Amino acid sequence: MLRYIGKRILHLIPVLLGMTFIVFLIIRAIPGDPAQVILGQQATEEATKALREKLGLDQPWYIQYFDYLKGLLTGDLGESLRTRQPISTEVWPYLAATIELAIFAMIIAVVIGMNAGIISAWFQNSWFDYIAMVIALIGVSMPIFWLGLMEQWTFSLELKWLPTSGREEVRDPVQAITHFYLIDTLIHGRIDQFWVTIKHLILPGVALATIPMAIIARMTRSSMLEVLRSDYIRTARAKGQRMGKVVYKHALKNALIPIITIIGLQTGLLLGGAILTETIFSWPGIGRYIYEAIGFRDYTVIQSGILIVAFMFVMINLVVDILYSAIDSRIKYN
Amino acid sequence: MKKSKLWSLGLFLLLALSVVLAACSADEGTTEEPTETNEETTDGTTTEETEEAVPQTLVFGRGGDSVSLDPAIVTDGESFKVTENIYETLLNFGEQDTTVNPGLAKDWEVSEDGLTYTFHLQEGVKFHDGTDFNAEAVVKNVERWKGGAEEQFYYFHSMFKAEGEDIIASVEATDDLTVVFTLSRPQAPFLKNIAMSPFGIASPTAFEAAGESFGDNPVGTGPFKFVEWKRNDSITVAKNEEYWQEGLPKLDTIIFRAIPDNSARLNALMTGEIDLADGINPSDASTVESNADLQLIERPSMNVGYLGLTNTRPPFDNKLVRQAVNYAIDKQAIVDAFFQGRAEVAVNPMPPSIGGYNEEIAGYEYNPEKAKKLLAEAGYDGSEIELWAMPVPRPYMPDGQKVAEAIQKNLSDVGIPSKIVTFEWATYLEKAKNGEADAFLLGWTGDNGDADNFIYTLLDKDTIGSNNYAYYSSDEVHELLIAAQSEIDEEKRADLYKQAQEIIHEDAPWVPLAHSIPLLAGKKGVTGYLPHPTGSESLVNVSME
Repeated sequence: MLRYIGKRILHLIPVLLGMTFIVFLIIRAIPGDPAQVILGQQATEEATKALREKLGLDQPWYIQYFDYLKGLLTGDLGESLRTRQPISTEVWPYLAATIELAIFAMIIAVVIGMNAGIISAWFQNSWFDYIAMVIALIGVSMPIFWLGLMEQWTFSLELKWLPTSGREEVRDPVQAITHFYLIDTLIHGRIDQFWVTIKHLILPGVALATIPMAIIARMTRSSMLEVLRSDYIRTARAKGQRMGKVVYKHALKNALIPIITIIGLQTGLLLGGAILTETIFSWPGIGRYIYEAIGFRDYTVIQSGILIVAFMFVMINLVVDILYSAIDSRIKYN
Repeated sequence: MKKSKLWSLGLFLLLALSVVLAACSADEGTTEEPTETNEETTDGTTTEETEEAVPQTLVFGRGGDSVSLDPAIVTDGESFKVTENIYETLLNFGEQDTTVNPGLAKDWEVSEDGLTYTFHLQEGVKFHDGTDFNAEAVVKNVERWKGGAEEQFYYFHSMFKAEGEDIIASVEATDDLTVVFTLSRPQAPFLKNIAMSPFGIASPTAFEAAGESFGDNPVGTGPFKFVEWKRNDSITVAKNEEYWQEGLPKLDTIIFRAIPDNSARLNALMTGEIDLADGINPSDASTVESNADLQLIERPSMNVGYLGLTNTRPPFDNKLVRQAVNYAIDKQAIVDAFFQGRAEVAVNPMPPSIGGYNEEIAGYEYNPEKAKKLLAEAGYDGSEIELWAMPVPRPYMPDGQKVAEAIQKNLSDVGIPSKIVTFEWATYLEKAKNGEADAFLLGWTGDNGDADNFIYTLLDKDTIGSNNYAYYSSDEVHELLIAAQSEIDEEKRADLYKQAQEIIHEDAPWVPLAHSIPLLAGKKGVTGYLPHPTGSESLVNVSME
């Protein structure tokens, strides 16, 4: 098993390398000059030229690429062109904000989505099944922008239950240590702040969970339906097992493989940051970080940001593959 | 059977949803039950308490985060909004205009020839790190700017360098509280330039120690000290207890929060998560005005939104065609529809509040017939042009796409077919700068309230390739503008600009569209907030009631 994991991680290297190369080329294909954008509308030609030289942007692209790679191999993600900060230190707060929100959203999506899917399959063609699947269909096709503003309007403006945006009550800021505010507030023993943090997570969390929740519900339903038709379920029922136990114990385990795959993929997507959700709810996550970097042509931030996201994505895939063998002992990696 | 059941269910759900939505929108106008009693605060303060009980914390919601808090190296308004409160300049602009007032300098003298400026500094001022503010500190700041490369200290170079040579030849401390600037040539707007945000005086001890990272640990003499910066989220500054002006500032804390989406920012204002919001859409102004807890605040206008006509590209290389376009566009209709009337129709390339504005020019009236005549005279062949629309809302143009559609209709009425195109913002600027557009929407917000900062910056032949996107080149105008730069006599100087505006009006390199009034909104309790036309202001007099 360990050997397998080691091999898989080795396989990652060419994948990530290829990705850096493609991203590097795509970024440079975008018109627009970082030096120009950094200096703003007022800049003179000489100033932009000087800045280009300073940032090494006057070099041929392949030299720039190899410089970047050299840095990567020594664990250096480069410096942001705009803020002149090393990305490795700059990126963490954004990443933490995104991970916290993504996990929160994924918990909502998995708990609700899987249960809805299981019950829909169990009582196929019942009213619950219909309603759940219609809601799932709406959920998949919901424009997040609209959903987010509607949530704000309903729960913040009308009902006054939840805050509209941000991670914290800024008048009583969280002292960031790990930048996971749920953990930081507990470290400081601020239970009240912990609840405030939860409150800030709910609206963006629900908005972010909508699509994965719907996808997970539909996937769970179809996967469960297949298993529930199989012989051993009938046998289990014939032996007089309670249906609930049959569904949640025997059937679910065998239906899990495709569900886990979907959950893994969706989690990877969320970790890429969700630009729309982060914009509507002013969530300072990695999606907005990369998005704004594109606006500023901050090449190094775009490259390294995407690299980090891609790395997390492939790692989650690896975890999913390992989970397969834990769930289904017939799957062996040697 | 099964299918039809599902269909009817889906329909039923849709119906239910629309009923709910209809119900929601029906009671939009009504607010919650009127609060006539003083139950404002939830923490149980009674009405008898003095206003001290109101926490003096202001949360300022804005569209983006700052780039750096070292004012000398940045160019974006979101950075200056914060640095204006941490640093002070030798001179200040007026509260809502660009007249020159004392700042860190109590008073000043100018020599007859306009080459020597002597500043007498305020005594007893200290930087936040305890360093004394004195003439030596001013000298060190100026030397830092002078010694830096252009790409690092952009504004210093753009204001105080000409053809690569320093306009500030030398700066020296003649005693502890006197600084003498000697110029290499007279510069008319010198005092106005010195008052600009980028020239906030920083603590020499701090910037010498911090080097490149000074922008993360800013130290000035201003009313507020830097506390914390959560990138892309919030910047916190706190009252400077040792501030040199008695009784100021009134606020204990200011938190600048970045909320990128305009609607979300307005929502946050309505729930009370923020106290002040800038970048309010003109279309949301009525929502704010009808809300009893909010006030709508207008920023004095110092901008121009225009349709540039690239003078080097056909058909706009012909003056008659450019004039025809000026007649063809109904500016008043555009201002009424897309600025909600919160703008005045532009005539010249700068707003009327700027000294040297030519009021005698009448502007091109809306006259499609005249436009058609001019087009016929020019021999325009009816070929299609590209009409560029900006992809982002800007203070000088809240909705570029819609303005472009109105212009497209105006142009087709006189027989000019056009296609609207747009690009992502950075690309848009880049391409327009390279002269790739036929006609393009753009605008400008003034830095210092000086005519030079509009006309020379935007329309001189020297600035082709930077801000002269229209590629307008007139030797006559150039001579007037260069003469005006070093003319110290206000009357004569204004006259030079008036002449330049006449030539520009005749040559019609643009269609000037509007001078907009940017909008902000705040809670009723925010008092003493006066937004500045340059887009950033000190919040030293603001308090919460």
